[in-house]
Amino acid sequence: MINLVRNEMLKLLRKKRLYVIVLIIAFLVPLFTYAQFKTIQEQREKLGAQDWRTALQQEITDTQNRLSSSRLQDEWRKYLKIRLSQQQYYLENDIDPRAPGAPTFMRVFVENSIDLLLPLLVMVIVADLVSSEASGGTIKLLLTRPVKRWRILLSKYLAMLLSVSFIVLSVAVLSYLISGVVFGYGGWNMPLLTGFAVSGDELLTENVHIVPQWQYILMEFGLVWYVCVIVGTLTFMLSVLLRSTAAVMGIMLAALIAGAILVNMVSSWESAKYFFMVNLNLTNYVSGMATPIEGMSLGFSMAVLAVWGIAGFIIAFVTFSKRDIY
Amino acid sequence: MSNNPALEVENLTKKIKGKQIIKGVSFTLFPGEVFGFLGPNGAGKTTTIRMIVGLISPTSGTIKIGGKNVRTQFTEAMKHLGCIVENPELYPYLTGWENLEHFAKMDPSIPMTRLQEVVDLVGMHNRIHDRVSTYSLGMRQRLGIAQALLGKPKVLILDEPTNGLDPAGIREMREFIRQLARDENLSVLVSSHLLSEIQLMCDRVAIISKGAVIRTDSVEKLLAEQERVIWKAEPIDRAKELLLEETEVQEGIDGTLITLYNEPLLPQWNEKLVLAGVKVKEMRTQLPSLEDLFLEVTGGETID
Repeated sequence: MINLVRNEMLKLLRKKRLYVIVLIIAFLVPLFTYAQFKTIQEQREKLGAQDWRTALQQEITDTQNRLSSSRLQDEWRKYLKIRLSQQQYYLENDIDPRAPGAPTFMRVFVENSIDLLLPLLVMVIVADLVSSEASGGTIKLLLTRPVKRWRILLSKYLAMLLSVSFIVLSVAVLSYLISGVVFGYGGWNMPLLTGFAVSGDELLTENVHIVPQWQYILMEFGLVWYVCVIVGTLTFMLSVLLRSTAAVMGIMLAALIAGAILVNMVSSWESAKYFFMVNLNLTNYVSGMATPIEGMSLGFSMAVLAVWGIAGFIIAFVTFSKRDIY
Repeated sequence: MSNNPALEVENLTKKIKGKQIIKGVSFTLFPGEVFGFLGPNGAGKTTTIRMIVGLISPTSGTIKIGGKNVRTQFTEAMKHLGCIVENPELYPYLTGWENLEHFAKMDPSIPMTRLQEVVDLVGMHNRIHDRVSTYSLGMRQRLGIAQALLGKPKVLILDEPTNGLDPAGIREMREFIRQLARDENLSVLVSSHLLSEIQLMCDRVAIISKGAVIRTDSVEKLLAEQERVIWKAEPIDRAKELLLEETEVQEGIDGTLITLYNEPLLPQWNEKLVLAGVKVKEMRTQLPSLEDLFLEVTGGETID
């Protein structure tokens, strides 16, 4: 099996796909870094000559004033307390919350690329993993070896997992290294809030707590990896079913973009939440953004994705080992 | 030569969407022989071959390679098989050597020293480290054979092996296949729609048409049956008249007459002509091309 996986990795490397992906990321990260840099500059200009410490001190005073009000719900009070300690931490440790370091950039970058950019990159690698063997005719040589079909497909699936992990890792490393040139490499321990939940129109804050940024980033990259594996598995299934790589890419692209559009307009169509593509934005649950459809939660989305992934995996393996090759 | 069959195909059928594509094909290959599989395009050659190599599952029937059933003992059966199905499609972005390495690694019983052996066997050591995308069709064909020989198979299956090769390449390929059968005691199954090719390359031939094997026999026997006599005589019209009284006569292109070869009667026909004052200038026997044969056996089905 190791030999088979090695064969697949060799083919992937020789096709230079991974190389192209790294280039794309290496090109995009400076682009976003620059955009981020401009935003921060603009914000600073708006604040004028005012030192950020003064502004932060102002916010802290505001929060303290609201806390002293007697007509405050307990929950809200708790949330404000947490906010307060976060703000105080920034001040004490001399961290400008608006001038992020490389870890913050990493986090924002990955949060924004989880539902479209990263799935697209995964798709580019995975789309032709099986279909290229079918359209190139090499599948005939591959399947007339003394190796069972499911083992050949499994070796391809493992190669897919390895390259997905490689993509996620290179996004992490490249975004950290490149943005660090501008923003500096510090900020791993900056405290962040997580644990928000949304119910109806209300933001539930009872489970909100502070975690250091490195832990937060680790959590998000775990979710990103999970999403990429599921998207990879579904692309893999299409690649088994279709001979044409272009068709695989087309269908996947349509699904992903439809997902991005649906998220913005399906709030009243409840059963749409069972589509895999509206569930891709897992990092939103960590940062506490509103969900596109009511009743969605981190656990729900992960379960929906898991079901799609497992179904795709089974369909891929069953068709591949039964199919007649012409 | 041992008499254990290297490849046994028994009563093979395939139905696709209710249509019977292959209708009970049976044949046997023995070690050291080159077996031709002859039929027009669409007769079911490639489908049969794909069933033998396990790419398509047959609707019924059994296939045994080296005594192992392809359906129930797939991996064991495949160890005895090397094949090229249609074109030798290798990975164009890898070098020839990497392609071989890729396929050798899939079978742990193949030692890495075998790679050099097969490269020498097909005479490719000069270009083996170049990318396959830079190869000519002839070289791809040879690399394809090298790839098929990696596992020291008992049976080699070549689907249309001379497709797209130039005359020199065809000749080279033919000699190479004969040499493999002779020196390595391989059974080679060669399919083709080119009749001349099978004639020159094979010991035995199965003629397949519309999904069924019409005849299986040695090439010489099949040809001997259809042997002809070419007559050159003057005056030709008179000769034709006289011969027509005895047998069927066809007119050849260059003013010759063609009759069936019938050893006991031939001297009598000749005598009759001579006595009638016809000058018989030439009488020679000719083996028909497989083309004639094919038309004969299939009852004139067009090769389309």
